[in-house]
Amino acid sequence: MTVTTSKPEGEVAEPKMVAFTIDGIEAQVPEGTLIIRAAEQLGIEIPRFCDHPLLEPAGACRQCLVEVAMPDREGNVRPMPKPQASCTMTVTPGMVVKTQVTSPVADKAQQGVMELLLMNHPLDCPVCDKGGECPLQNQAMSAGRADTRFEDVKRTFPKPVSLSSQILLDRERCVLCQRCTRFSDEIAGDAFIALQMRGATQQIGRFDEKILGFESPGCGCGDGGCGSADETSSSAADTGVPDTGAPDSPGREAAVIGADAAAAKSRAETDAGGQGFSSYFSGNTVQICPVGALTGASYRFRSRPFDLVSVPSIAEHDSCGSAIRIDHRRGQVLRRLSGEDPVVNEEWITDKDRFAFTWQSAPDRLTTPLVRERDEAGDRGELRPASWAEALEVAAQGLARARAAAGVGVLPGGRLTVEDAYAWSRFARQVLGTNDVDQRARAHSAEEAEFLAHAVAGTGIGVTFAELEKAPAVLLAGLEAEEEAGVTFLRLRKGVAKHGTRVFGLAPYASRGLTKLSGTLVPAVPGTEATVLAGLRGPVTDPTTPAGDPRAAASQALREQGAVILVGERLAASRGACAAVLELAAATGARVAWIPRRAGERGGVEAGLLPNLLPGGRPVTDPAARAEVTAAWGLSGEEASRLSAAPGLDTAGIIDALSVGHLSGAIVGGVELADLPDPAHARTALGAAGFLVSLEVRRSEVTDLADVVLPVAPPVERAGSYWNWEGRVRSFGAALDSTALPDHRALHALAAQLGSDLGAGTPGEAHLAVAALGAWTGPRAGAPGARTPEFTAAGATPTPAGRPGTGADDTAVLASWRMLLDDARGQDGERHLAGTAKRPVVRVSSTTASALGLSDGVQARVVTGRGAITLPVAVTAGMVDGVVWVPLASSGSRVHDTLGAAPGDVVRVRAAQAAGGSAGKSIDTGSAE
Amino acid sequence: MTDLLPVLTDTWDAPRSWRLSTYEKHGGYAGLKKALRMAPSDLVQTVKDSGLRGRGGAGFPAGMKWGFLPPDDGGPRYLVVNADESEPGTCKDIPLMMASPQHLIEGAIITSYAIGCNHAFIYVRGEVLHVYRRLLEAVAEARRVGYLGTNILGSGFDLEITVHAGAGAYICGEETALLDSLEGLRGQPRLKPPFPAVEGLYARPTVVNNVETVASVPGIVDRGSDWFTAMGTEKSTGHGLFSLSGHVTRPGQYEAPLGITLRELLDEAGGMRGGKALKFWTPGGSSTPLFTAEHLDTPLDYESVGAAGSMLGTRALQLFDETVCVVRAVSRWTDFYAHESCGKCTPCREGTYWLKQILHRIEGGEGQDQDIDVLLDLCDNILGRAFCALGDGATSPITSSIQYFRDEYQAHIDGRGCPFDPSASALFPYTPRTPMPSAAAASGQLVGAGGGGH
Repeated sequence: MTVTTSKPEGEVAEPKMVAFTIDGIEAQVPEGTLIIRAAEQLGIEIPRFCDHPLLEPAGACRQCLVEVAMPDREGNVRPMPKPQASCTMTVTPGMVVKTQVTSPVADKAQQGVMELLLMNHPLDCPVCDKGGECPLQNQAMSAGRADTRFEDVKRTFPKPVSLSSQILLDRERCVLCQRCTRFSDEIAGDAFIALQMRGATQQIGRFDEKILGFESPGCGCGDGGCGSADETSSSAADTGVPDTGAPDSPGREAAVIGADAAAAKSRAETDAGGQGFSSYFSGNTVQICPVGALTGASYRFRSRPFDLVSVPSIAEHDSCGSAIRIDHRRGQVLRRLSGEDPVVNEEWITDKDRFAFTWQSAPDRLTTPLVRERDEAGDRGELRPASWAEALEVAAQGLARARAAAGVGVLPGGRLTVEDAYAWSRFARQVLGTNDVDQRARAHSAEEAEFLAHAVAGTGIGVTFAELEKAPAVLLAGLEAEEEAGVTFLRLRKGVAKHGTRVFGLAPYASRGLTKLSGTLVPAVPGTEATVLAGLRGPVTDPTTPAGDPRAAASQALREQGAVILVGERLAASRGACAAVLELAAATGARVAWIPRRAGERGGVEAGLLPNLLPGGRPVTDPAARAEVTAAWGLSGEEASRLSAAPGLDTAGIIDALSVGHLSGAIVGGVELADLPDPAHARTALGAAGFLVSLEVRRSEVTDLADVVLPVAPPVERAGSYWNWEGRVRSFGAALDSTALPDHRALHALAAQLGSDLGAGTPGEAHLAVAALGAWTGPRAGAPGARTPEFTAAGATPTPAGRPGTGADDTAVLASWRMLLDDARGQDGERHLAGTAKRPVVRVSSTTASALGLSDGVQARVVTGRGAITLPVAVTAGMVDGVVWVPLASSGSRVHDTLGAAPGDVVRVRAAQAAGGSAGKSIDTGSAE
Repeated sequence: MTDLLPVLTDTWDAPRSWRLSTYEKHGGYAGLKKALRMAPSDLVQTVKDSGLRGRGGAGFPAGMKWGFLPPDDGGPRYLVVNADESEPGTCKDIPLMMASPQHLIEGAIITSYAIGCNHAFIYVRGEVLHVYRRLLEAVAEARRVGYLGTNILGSGFDLEITVHAGAGAYICGEETALLDSLEGLRGQPRLKPPFPAVEGLYARPTVVNNVETVASVPGIVDRGSDWFTAMGTEKSTGHGLFSLSGHVTRPGQYEAPLGITLRELLDEAGGMRGGKALKFWTPGGSSTPLFTAEHLDTPLDYESVGAAGSMLGTRALQLFDETVCVVRAVSRWTDFYAHESCGKCTPCREGTYWLKQILHRIEGGEGQDQDIDVLLDLCDNILGRAFCALGDGATSPITSSIQYFRDEYQAHIDGRGCPFDPSASALFPYTPRTPMPSAAAASGQLVGAGGGGH
């Protein structure tokens, strides 16, 4: 390891200060500060549109002009001949700035630009979404003239253009500040919109053949569903230019054939709405638009800003803990915006965090407790509404019976607040007397539980967003950051752009996200991650290693101080991989952070929602740890004796035990059975359970089997905290007034019915209870032992004999992970958002494609003994041979449910028989069977 | 009395003047042979000593520009020749490249050698396909005899020249927009700093010079900086192409030392066409403020023209006689600027859109009394507020024409129309297009840009 002279922790280099004068005030700012920022610090507000602190300066709108004078070589302060854009010029020593406050020239320049901006701007503020919160409106009031001198013809455009099913563009409102295009290019890396045309017809747009004047006669998306009804008609009639000729002339026809071929090739980059994939972060452009040009389809024309009540909150869709703002009116959430939190999500959130909130008020929302009776044969009757008193009594009696019989399994799900998680954990141990508790509603392993107990639980804040941004190298070990932790991806991308972070991705192919991080693929067949990770441990010095081998580069880079390994959830199911990560970290000195997909998982680990863990990282096997818990919970007598020293069953174990009667009952939180590795088995198991209690927000497969359903509050109706993957506590208050109970209160009441005090009767009590039992200071749980991967088909095996998918037969190793936008119930009810999801495809390498007789665009069937998934093929460059990838839980591609398979399993792949037509035709017939 | 002085134009009347053999027969490539025996730094000094100023309009000293390049760090550095000649009235580079392209090629080789460039680019305006072809052939000719390629003339110096055709945008004559366009991006000006000398093409040190500037280098090297400084004035040395167009008896290229006057040039060109009186003229293209007959004796050098309130620009002398309506002429120029505004910054994009409409109204007889003041105020809000100099240029014809011909504007407003007969200024009978602000308004068509120009 290289020796570096590191500065002591916490020491920050003093920025060099620069003295200057602004509006007669002498001040000092750090070197490199833009004039406009320096003015802000002194309380001088310079109007602006294109300027944004997180984007590179553009100097396009010219609204922020100020007068600047600078000392020449002799030290005489000389005014610059022209007013300068304060958003592009940094403060230099001795500079004298006069803003509109003190300079008539700057004031007139600003008034002049404002007049020009307003000249072509429509006066539709009364119907514009931005009206009331519009920087143009506000600054026109403060810096504009009262009347216009413009009496000529305004520029107009047909409106609106749909940039995606979610984002609409009203071009006549646009002031062409380029914030949206700069965001898309600089921050998200999805340049799905750009400036086009020029001069007064310059406009923001996506690649739209109609607007650019070489449209095809058809819509091109095949299903006519390329937007919601109100957009389709307008975009069809739309052109941005004077008519350039008949669109159906013969020459056009010829051009269109070529265009279709090109479109088919890039179909993998198509979204579910039929347009080219835009971005997972496009909603941020709506928020930073300084006018009402960009609007979200779901909020458009729904409300006025001044009617909304805004509440800060935390997003529930991933483990990043993004700060958001919830805007509601009369008990209904109308929109969500990104909050500002420089240490976590800066000012950006994913589209899922922004738009996917309707699930919380979906029609299938549970509002009263439900109870069902079973007949003597055990067959279930219908669920019927019940009072809380009755439901709690029935539930308590049933759980008590099951507890007394073979015991109760606890499946709380991964989306709980830490207060809820803590109550669940305590309920399992104190009330049900079991360690058969596991929050993981996904592929998992005992090895992962050991990894979490050893390396994650009770470690407090580990790697932070800020450290990640400055890390010299980051290995994404089984993590697709863009799909699974959106703002983490953005922060990584910032690191790549600003600090030269090198990103390596352990995956079977370089995803779009990895490509946008300028990342290097460290190829790995699913299931062989442990072998590949072990290969990175020592310096790769094998003389046969070709120059530029990604493994050698990764191995070298991880040795740099500050390097980080990010572990994603799909590593859990890859045998030996979690252990291999820890060994790699020990060998290279890299730090490890675990980034689960679900918002509650880190908090759940801290609360002990694992079969081997008590709260605070306490091993269940450690007597001292159990003693601390007993003391903190004030347990005595029977309750104290219930704390078991033996690790319990994990999710799969609980399901298995239920199916054969080794457990008599279960209490289940927000678990989707389709998310489990074998949903059919889980359905059978829960069906066989003697007694089933469900705590749910909405009707689900579990509630359909439950004997008692206790309705609980969605995040928007309750207070709580998530622990994000950093280990940072992200607390939020209830946005809406509600009588709905959070999980911890329902469990508290249920425990009371069973004669126990859970100490979680109020949000405050629940919150304090978490803090009362701090992190474990005793010996940590041991690291997971090294496990041999089930097969070592990766590059480590020199001969491909016997390896699936190498051409001998039609088998391939399944690779899969979840997309940010897919079939998840958290996105229910948001059709505009759903249209921006990536269209599901089957990915194979070109070698594997030829071996399997597949080609780009044809329909392929991925088959197991359980079922088949049929999707169009996207031959993927640089993909590992012998592997087939499909999305884990997207529309038409429910891997666990349909195939009963998990990544690493061997599946069969063949061309779909049904697709007899041409390649292009078969794509247009749709993505799902 | 200053006489014409053919240097760049010397061989234009030779048979097949564009051929390398013709060029060599007249002493071509002597400069290169001499240059390759000199140290690059001496070459830069020679050009500095010659006082050669950029011939593309701004007049920045070429040697000084070369000297701004940071010290060699081993990475590539580039010469980019700006051949995107698009200014209304400017027509010197295109005939030069047509008639004697080897002047430019030799100049580009010497300049590249002086600044340590091994790959030079010539960015040619896309509309002039014939020039593009001629340059491609000229580069191929030079390559065949070893003036380009590796180890040029045994000197160890390597150079490739890529001729690139633009897609037809005035803005791409702005050097940073040109670089973006050359890189395959949308042609819009870049934020400066960093300047091209530090981060230009592909973020590497880059010199961007006009065609005529580069073409002037071989002569300076061959004959010495003293030969060059002997021509012109103290601060505006050397020879330059003066492009006379409009109502002149013999329009065309007149090469003369800087400091010659229009009166002298008119004598060479046979005077105003048909003996009519000169009404107004541009000294350096449409972006330079107008002159009138009172400026006939203003020496055409950078300092004198600047002192008289205009700019030498590209020495594109467009002459307009008494039959021309100045409002109409300015309105057409403004159409051009509105059409060619790149759209990046508010003042130029929106301002030209508005200016165009006001001028069309005035010309069409729908002007109002306050329009002239609005025009002037609008120009004040554009000049110096736009992102690049092209916005500034759009205001020059308007402000200068109002300065000299305010009464004529007022006459359009008072008389509800144009007092001139547009066909009187043409050599052939024609029916002028009617300006139609009202018609455009009624049809809802976009009149600001895109709709005009052609």
